[in-house]
Amino acid sequence: MESQTHAQFHHALKFREDICIGCSHCMNICPTEAIRVGHGKAQLLANRCVDCGECYRVCPVGAIIVEQDDFENIYNFTTRIALIPSVFTGQFPDSVDSGAILAAVQELGFTHVFEVEEGVEFLNERFNEYLLQHKPIKPLISPFCPAVVRLIQVKFPTLVRNIILLKAPVDITALHARKTLTDQGIDPSEIGIFYVTPCAAKIVAVKSPVGEEKSVIDGVINMNYLYNKIFKILRQNKGKSEIPAFFPLSGKSVCWSLTHGEADHMKQGPSLAIDEINNVIEFLEKVENEEIDGIDFLELRACDESCAGGILCPGNRFMTVDKLRKRALKSDSIRGSYPAEFQGKIGIANDFLHHNISLGEVHPRSMMKLDDNMAEAMIKMKRIYDLNHMLPQVDCGICGSPSCKSLAEDVVQHEASIKQCIFIQKILEQNDKMDIQESVLIMKSIWSDNKLDQNSLKDEITIPLLQAGEEFTNQGKK
Amino acid sequence: MSTGKMHFEYQVEGGNFSAAGFPSSQVKKTLKQLNVDGNVIRRTVVALYEAEVNIVAHAYNGIISVDIDTEKITILLKDEGPGIADIKKAMEIGYSTATPEVREMGFGAGMGLSNMKTNADHLNITSEVGKGTIVEIINYFHQ
Repeated sequence: MESQTHAQFHHALKFREDICIGCSHCMNICPTEAIRVGHGKAQLLANRCVDCGECYRVCPVGAIIVEQDDFENIYNFTTRIALIPSVFTGQFPDSVDSGAILAAVQELGFTHVFEVEEGVEFLNERFNEYLLQHKPIKPLISPFCPAVVRLIQVKFPTLVRNIILLKAPVDITALHARKTLTDQGIDPSEIGIFYVTPCAAKIVAVKSPVGEEKSVIDGVINMNYLYNKIFKILRQNKGKSEIPAFFPLSGKSVCWSLTHGEADHMKQGPSLAIDEINNVIEFLEKVENEEIDGIDFLELRACDESCAGGILCPGNRFMTVDKLRKRALKSDSIRGSYPAEFQGKIGIANDFLHHNISLGEVHPRSMMKLDDNMAEAMIKMKRIYDLNHMLPQVDCGICGSPSCKSLAEDVVQHEASIKQCIFIQKILEQNDKMDIQESVLIMKSIWSDNKLDQNSLKDEITIPLLQAGEEFTNQGKK
Repeated sequence: MSTGKMHFEYQVEGGNFSAAGFPSSQVKKTLKQLNVDGNVIRRTVVALYEAEVNIVAHAYNGIISVDIDTEKITILLKDEGPGIADIKKAMEIGYSTATPEVREMGFGAGMGLSNMKTNADHLNITSEVGKGTIVEIINYFHQ
């Protein structure tokens, strides 16, 4: 049953067992306690993971990878559209014009290039309407960050009803691009839309969308992959003067994916913007208790500095923010000189998009519940409570679970043994209820044979150290 | 704790607004783990938080005891404080005896008791002026 539920949840983050050294850094940082260590490798609990990417950031050996589609897939289509988020243009030096970056993307093999944020002005209008229509629910939460939407589903099920059921800018721009080209007579099956993503969560949003049957996007390209390709083209093109004109985005659109990008433009009431997943969790706890009053709109982003801090962004997030703010100022100052009907521009009124912008229902999928049967859940809760009180509360992670509490839960859910706790082992050894052989076997089952190989110490190093250690132990640690 | 029943107790300190909300958080966590319907959790947490803040705002100290079985959650809040002279009046929307100090902190808008009433299936308040107040809240898991 457990494995069936796991199969439903697609994740873009993959753990490579051949590279993983079983260091447990990822387990300790995971904000939803979705990682355990067993047989010397990190193991992902698929029903708890929200693809925030915190594990990817801390892995010291690069064992966590982000899946991506083969770039050659774009050639399965004769009309190839690239959707470029504005943070991509923030990865390059100030001296590189955003138009030159987009032109270089086209040169790489695409027939059309659209900026993701072209749908922002339209979406902002719909947001304001939505807030007006849904006044009694407070605060309404932006669906922008897919990691946050999943976090709410698994950890804050009562807040699912607060999520605004409107699509993200990328989906709106994709819908618009497909419609525009189909209207021009292009066979829809010949149109391939590829999104350049700054993070893992956005990949999952395409591969297994929430509130939609199927995404309008055909494939994803990881931003760091595209960065390398474009950087090369830009170097080769140095001095090439001809840059095709792209209609400049509004400053608001350029900064939409940054922190405060949405919150600063909601006209219907007080708004708040919060970034970084632990900050988001802390705040949602308070929202769930209804301790937060007077906020109508909440912009929540899993990454520090929002999308500029996405795990696939090669640039420094603070520099990216600075560049985008400069681009926004420049963009607003020149926009007046362009004709409004310019290619790619999405107006704030658009009947087709209006009919296609809504998301279906978002369902809670709580990771918190101990059992579907309440009486059974109570028995388990009592056992967890009792077990937890026997554990040392050191949260050392030696047992392969991220905290004493989570070990207690794992034991009660038959996912672990209480004997995995090193303190419990020592207590049992003192009472002659466990011998050294058994404890070593347990430790090996968690951390692998090689970390506990009895022949791994080098005598010439360890013997002097052990002697010094004896003096230390004999004197007693103060 | 016997099978199928759970009991928790929390101390409340009068005037300590910064610590308010802990019991609601704990109760919320417990109900989530028991797979209680989200709407019931929300109502329970709101009613409990309001009742707790009432103790913090008006009383010297109090004890919150929470009993959960498979049918319902029963919350009993007992405080040592000034008591409520006219409970019926106190239930009216906007009625408040909170000091300006308390109101400045964003509490005491006179919504507390009526808000508790909307979010509780059963609400019973008894009070003795000069001694204290007892609030009982019961919410049922299966409507």
